[in-house]
Amino acid sequence: MAEATKDRWDPGVQSYAGMGYWNPDYEPKDTDVLAVFRVTPQDGVDPIEAAAAVAGESSTATWTVVWTDRLTANSHYQAKAYRVDEVPGRPGEYFAYIAYDLDLFEEGSIANLTSSIIGNVFGFKPLKALRLEDMRIPVAYVKTFQGPAHGIVMEREYLNKYGRPLLGATIKPKLGLSARNYGRVIYEGLRGGLDFTKDDENINSQPFMRWRDRFLFSMEGVNKAMADTGEIKGHYLNVTAGTMEEMYERAEFAKELGSVVVMIDLTIGYSAMQSMANWSRKNGVLLHLHRAGHSTFTRQKTHGVSFRVLAKWARLIGVDHVHAGTVVGKLEGDPATTKGFYDTLRDDHIPTNHANGIFFDQDWASMPGVMPVASGGIHAGQMHQLLDYLGEDTILQFGGGTIGHPLGISAGAEANRVALEAMIKARNEGRDFLREGPDILRKAAEHCRPLEVALATWGDVTFDYASTDAPDSVPTASV
Amino acid sequence: MYLRHGAFSYLPELTDDEIAAQVRYGLLNGWPISIEFTDDPHPRNIYWEMWGLPLFDLDEPDGVISEINACRATFPNHYVRVLAYDATLGRQTTAMQFLVQRPEEEPGFYLARTEGSDRRQSYSVQSYAAQAPAGRRYARD
Repeated sequence: MAEATKDRWDPGVQSYAGMGYWNPDYEPKDTDVLAVFRVTPQDGVDPIEAAAAVAGESSTATWTVVWTDRLTANSHYQAKAYRVDEVPGRPGEYFAYIAYDLDLFEEGSIANLTSSIIGNVFGFKPLKALRLEDMRIPVAYVKTFQGPAHGIVMEREYLNKYGRPLLGATIKPKLGLSARNYGRVIYEGLRGGLDFTKDDENINSQPFMRWRDRFLFSMEGVNKAMADTGEIKGHYLNVTAGTMEEMYERAEFAKELGSVVVMIDLTIGYSAMQSMANWSRKNGVLLHLHRAGHSTFTRQKTHGVSFRVLAKWARLIGVDHVHAGTVVGKLEGDPATTKGFYDTLRDDHIPTNHANGIFFDQDWASMPGVMPVASGGIHAGQMHQLLDYLGEDTILQFGGGTIGHPLGISAGAEANRVALEAMIKARNEGRDFLREGPDILRKAAEHCRPLEVALATWGDVTFDYASTDAPDSVPTASV
Repeated sequence: MYLRHGAFSYLPELTDDEIAAQVRYGLLNGWPISIEFTDDPHPRNIYWEMWGLPLFDLDEPDGVISEINACRATFPNHYVRVLAYDATLGRQTTAMQFLVQRPEEEPGFYLARTEGSDRRQSYSVQSYAAQAPAGRRYARD
């Protein structure tokens, strides 16, 4: 580390803190983008210098002094680390708060925002690990994004479904079904009582089922189920493909067939998602996002990007649905952390709440909410817990829990729908549905044989493992 | 067929006491309640006929129940639904919707197909009952 006495502009290596990337007196402006990182410095690296380095490397700095900085209003453009806290109970880890001036970012571009904030800095040698825990997107920046193509309210008006979570299922097996068999599963699920069925993330256009065939047979199933029930139905047609041109072609075809919804995977990239969100707004088709691949960088608490940040980006990008965890299912999800994700996606104003992992107040300035999707290892017997944890504006997706029903797919769908409606009815009647949940379900099963069978089959299945991504809440005094 | 519409169409028909409990939930949330009826229950028929204006500022469900009964008496073979509306900023939309009456016989819908090129079909959900003029669609009206 360089000596403190050195002049700021002397050539050579200077400390990042000395170059102005640490400024404990800085008062963030309302228009600043704020970020909090969990920094794990290498042994012997001062945490404040590490925080300053993160600020530097994610904004203007390079490893040595450059005189060309003096051709700019450099103190305006440099990010400022303004606060460093020890992470409670996690020695060697620090929460570093950094403020970025809005001028650093291109309007309406998640690609640009992420190239700065998570661009180079995650490979920086003086750090053992780095995690982007949360961001405050200022209203001034929020307003440069389209936001959800339709949003929760418009989706409900479009589908004519109110006052209860929506119900879905992912078609299983996820790979290998022919188009004709695939459409059968869709038809059975929807006519049994689901609102939506869903392609899985890796169903695109493979030798066993090409996309065009899938779309045609899927829409046959969707439309037949609408005529059978008198309800609007949808199937998330996954348009994920190798190029943007190919995705537009598939999306156009889905629209022409009358599908109310198309789907993309996170793997297509931020700009491709934004393009599809614009397309979806323009064409009146809902946009479902499957967060394929996110756990590679969201799950470990010391390194990567928290899903709560990804949730904010997804809302700005403009998807209508995103998978956000179930708490009780087979995939990662601590209850408080998951609550933080759901609030972030749905509410207009989210206050700081360290217990839920929310580090900043976030205002969305009336940007519509994203419908969170709960999917992965959930079944009808958990309905009271799902409603309690996740609330009403959500899509509950039971894949195995529908298609694996011993009496058939349609019976599986009906069991889930009856369980859901019985729970909503009980909640509205003022009953303590969380405590009385199993009773409410048993009672509902008296007039619904499929629910009775579902409860007998899966009633006690739980996935009770410790979460890897719990919030290490409540920051202590600054170091 | 059995029309699936609203939040409770997979449960046994609600009794008047159960309807009152749901209405009370709406009132406790500060939502005005409305009653609507139709003889054209197509899934994309958004605008059912309004049975008067939304009922604002009620404390108890009794007033709603008597309006529901008046609507049922006038249109004994129509579909009748109850809605609650949430005017909160950021919602400004229906908060709840459920059926409180259905005709004895529900002929349902058929799927009309028009064959197109490239194996495409255009689909249209058509109501059997709506083939007859409004007001003469369900037998006992």
